Amino acid sequence: MTTKTLNEKENVVVRFVGDSGDGMQLSGTLFSETAALDGNDIATFPDYPAEIRAPHNTVAGVSGFQVQIGKRIYSSGDNCDVLVAMNPASLKSNLKWAKKGGIIIVDIDTFTDDTIQKAGYTNNPLEDDSLSSYILVKAPMTTMTVEAVKDIFTDKKSAERSRNMFALGMIFYIFSKDLTHTDAYLEKKFKKKPDVVAANKAVVRAGYNFCENTDVLQAEKAKVEQAEMPKGKYRNITGNIATAWGLLAAAEKANLPLFLGSYPITPATDILIELAKHKSLGARVFQAEDEIAGICSAIGASFAGAMACTSTSGPGLSLKSEAIGLAVMTELPLVIVDVQRGGPSTGLPTKTEQSDLYQALFGRNGEAPCIVIAASSSANSFYYAFEAARLSLEHMTPTILLTDGYLGNGSQLFRIPKMSELPTINPPFATPNDPTYLPYKRNPETLVREWAIPGMEGLRHRIGGLEKLDGKGSVSTDNANHQLMVNNRAEKVQKVADRLPDQKVLGDEDADLLVVGWGGTEGALKLAVEELREEGKKIAFTHFNYIMPLPKNTGDIMKKYKKIIVCELNMGQFVNYLRMNFENIPFLQYNKVKGLPFEVSELKDKFKQILGE
Amino acid sequence: MAIEHSPVQLTKADFASDQMVKWCPGCGDHAILASILGIFPEIGYKKENFCVVSGIGCSSRFPYYVNTYGFHGIHGRAGAIATGVKIANPHLSVWIASGDGDATAIGGNHFIHLIRRNMDMNYILFNNRIYGLTKGQYSPTTKQGQITKTSPFGVIDYPFNPGELVIGARGTFFARAIDNSPKTLGEVCRAMAAHDGAAIVEVLQNCVIFNDKTHSEVTDREFKEERQLWLEQGKPMIFGKNKDKGIILKGNHLEVVEIGKNGITENDLLVHDATRENTGVHMMLAQMRPPEFPMAFGVIRAFKAPTYNQIFEKQMEEAKQDATIKCVDDLLNSGDTWEV
Repeated sequence: MTTKTLNEKENVVVRFVGDSGDGMQLSGTLFSETAALDGNDIATFPDYPAEIRAPHNTVAGVSGFQVQIGKRIYSSGDNCDVLVAMNPASLKSNLKWAKKGGIIIVDIDTFTDDTIQKAGYTNNPLEDDSLSSYILVKAPMTTMTVEAVKDIFTDKKSAERSRNMFALGMIFYIFSKDLTHTDAYLEKKFKKKPDVVAANKAVVRAGYNFCENTDVLQAEKAKVEQAEMPKGKYRNITGNIATAWGLLAAAEKANLPLFLGSYPITPATDILIELAKHKSLGARVFQAEDEIAGICSAIGASFAGAMACTSTSGPGLSLKSEAIGLAVMTELPLVIVDVQRGGPSTGLPTKTEQSDLYQALFGRNGEAPCIVIAASSSANSFYYAFEAARLSLEHMTPTILLTDGYLGNGSQLFRIPKMSELPTINPPFATPNDPTYLPYKRNPETLVREWAIPGMEGLRHRIGGLEKLDGKGSVSTDNANHQLMVNNRAEKVQKVADRLPDQKVLGDEDADLLVVGWGGTEGALKLAVEELREEGKKIAFTHFNYIMPLPKNTGDIMKKYKKIIVCELNMGQFVNYLRMNFENIPFLQYNKVKGLPFEVSELKDKFKQILGE
Repeated sequence: MAIEHSPVQLTKADFASDQMVKWCPGCGDHAILASILGIFPEIGYKKENFCVVSGIGCSSRFPYYVNTYGFHGIHGRAGAIATGVKIANPHLSVWIASGDGDATAIGGNHFIHLIRRNMDMNYILFNNRIYGLTKGQYSPTTKQGQITKTSPFGVIDYPFNPGELVIGARGTFFARAIDNSPKTLGEVCRAMAAHDGAAIVEVLQNCVIFNDKTHSEVTDREFKEERQLWLEQGKPMIFGKNKDKGIILKGNHLEVVEIGKNGITENDLLVHDATRENTGVHMMLAQMRPPEFPMAFGVIRAFKAPTYNQIFEKQMEEAKQDATIKCVDDLLNSGDTWEV
């Protein structure tokens, strides 16, 4: 037996790509979960086409799943150390993500004249020199898979379905992961199909043994460092599930039924799907006939005393604009979750972007301020969903929570909190039979009105979208009253800042450059800044979750630094918002709208360039 | 989902609002408001358990004129807002006031879907065949050819018949009434309130300013008896000044006959059964109009079927009974978790 080399690695990125339907999401998920159970930190991101089943073996039909595992994980990573490509089309479209010198594993059985041509290659890329700067592993995955299950499935089609497990087995070999979790998953998932369980188990082992027996990849075997995570109980969670659970947690804390009125839309649908499961927790979920009915039903539910939410993505937020204005006018609590995707219009439904910020801040008729907050990781979507609900309920103001496709579909390890650790939520309920109750009487400190719920005695009242008379709440077209009410609604939102935590800065006060981000880009920005600091650069970083209103110390931070660059996945929406709020600060900006997250390398290059100027 | 009753007998005064009613003098809306104010105390629910929702339009001012919990929404969305009210709080009696524009143009989608779902609410559709609040543009129920501000050469569109929409969406309750007939309007609204599910009442309502006498072909004193068929459950369909006309089912269509002519007797007439599941005859009744037919009034369809809300609450109950996840702590710790 030869001595095995174990390369020590802090982090590695593995990318599984294949035809949509090849099971890449499953291979990726099982590898991620296994790594997490083994003590690695993880972050994952699925990358799938908008088509459910695009034509086979074409670039349009490629589905991918990327995971970064290791010690310090802020994102699913830029380029991959290992690329697993199940066919020529997936190799063709994903080669750009492979690190030079990295490993590329292909299923050589799929490289036929026909598929090579369909992928858009003129030559077989495995036979020309185009892959010479990678460690190329040509594994006969299809043949070996069919062979491994020949006693279970005789038809080739059923047999080949387990190819993704062969690839998974190979990856397990490289990173010395055990198969216990995968076995348990298969046994549970295919409880009623024992032959499928047996076949998949056999194939994952075949992949593993293929590496061991052929010595292929032996030199590449790696040990990935374990993460130093705070003690506690952990689980893997996607941003969309975390959002759904954060809303459930808020409803429980507020002791209110959760109502979700929603219409399916990529990439937000998983929130609706998840909440629909939880009737036992009192979640009242209504799949509406359209986006407008989704939010309008939520407004009705809020009027009737529920913790009301609606979930959507960009085009759906457009459709909801008028109704958000109604919630602003009626001063009812309402959480609007926008899982942003590439726009405008239908845009890039499965790709990520941060281009709905203007819409969230300004996309309504009239002076219609909402609270706007943004989650910045898949896992913290739980806390910011909770926070969106808390602020909305306590301040009687619609709150827009911005996440994005990258956070929503991506997953991360999540340290499970205890409900007792979360803050209480105290909506400003009116007191039944209070003779002094008026629908628009405000708390003088917070300017928040009271919430009188239908059914409560002695508090019958009417509200709606027409301008209200201050206090009494009857319809008013009085000029001075309108000015007063516009001011009150704006000031009520600004006063939320009194309760927000201070904006924090990572790095030195005297840094040469302050990097500013918001929302889903935190992981890449933070890593880029940390790495530059380790390289001795004087650079600082601040990342925003509270956007409207901004934390009170925002201006003080901005005044401290000579150079400030605001980085976002749009053409400059947050930077312009900052310019609007803080005149005379020469903000620089770095923007990208390619439907992709930031890469750490591009950020570092940009920051170095500015530092060098 | 019982709705709590008032421990004391309420009166009209309990629901009177302090707001000035701003509808035009002579508007049919006044009569509808009076009917509802008369019915709410009769229904007997606690006054706090009524919730009136509307969209935009003249009729949508309705919530301001009834002292209940009320919500004046945005154009077309009353049905969607009311749906949220009812799902969130099934212990409320939910009422919608809407017009032909609000319900069948901008809100058409919500209208048919709340009907399809059999959402438990009472929906009064004020049909004056015109946009009144915006001062006289044609609506989806305006007659073809009519000159209005936005159809100077005559309306090209074919109109909707709200009854066809309701029954076409497999609605469980549809009734039709006239604003100037308070007694029958009251009866129809009472039947609506008694129905569990989406109950729609179309009121032929006159807009004195922008579409005066739009319903006169059936409402004029001169010939109303010849052109109105008032349906009664289990009774043969008879109409006419001398009660000498009736409706028969001939083959697959309805026909007007004269009792006593050609050997026709009362026994040959169609007997009204609003409770049938089959929508065929109900649809034909909803479609009848002068001059060939009288227009049908009263309860055309009242079919008993489980409501969305009953099924919803049953699912909630059952889910709670079988649940292993009973609180959010359970949820957070469910599935694959591990200690670090």
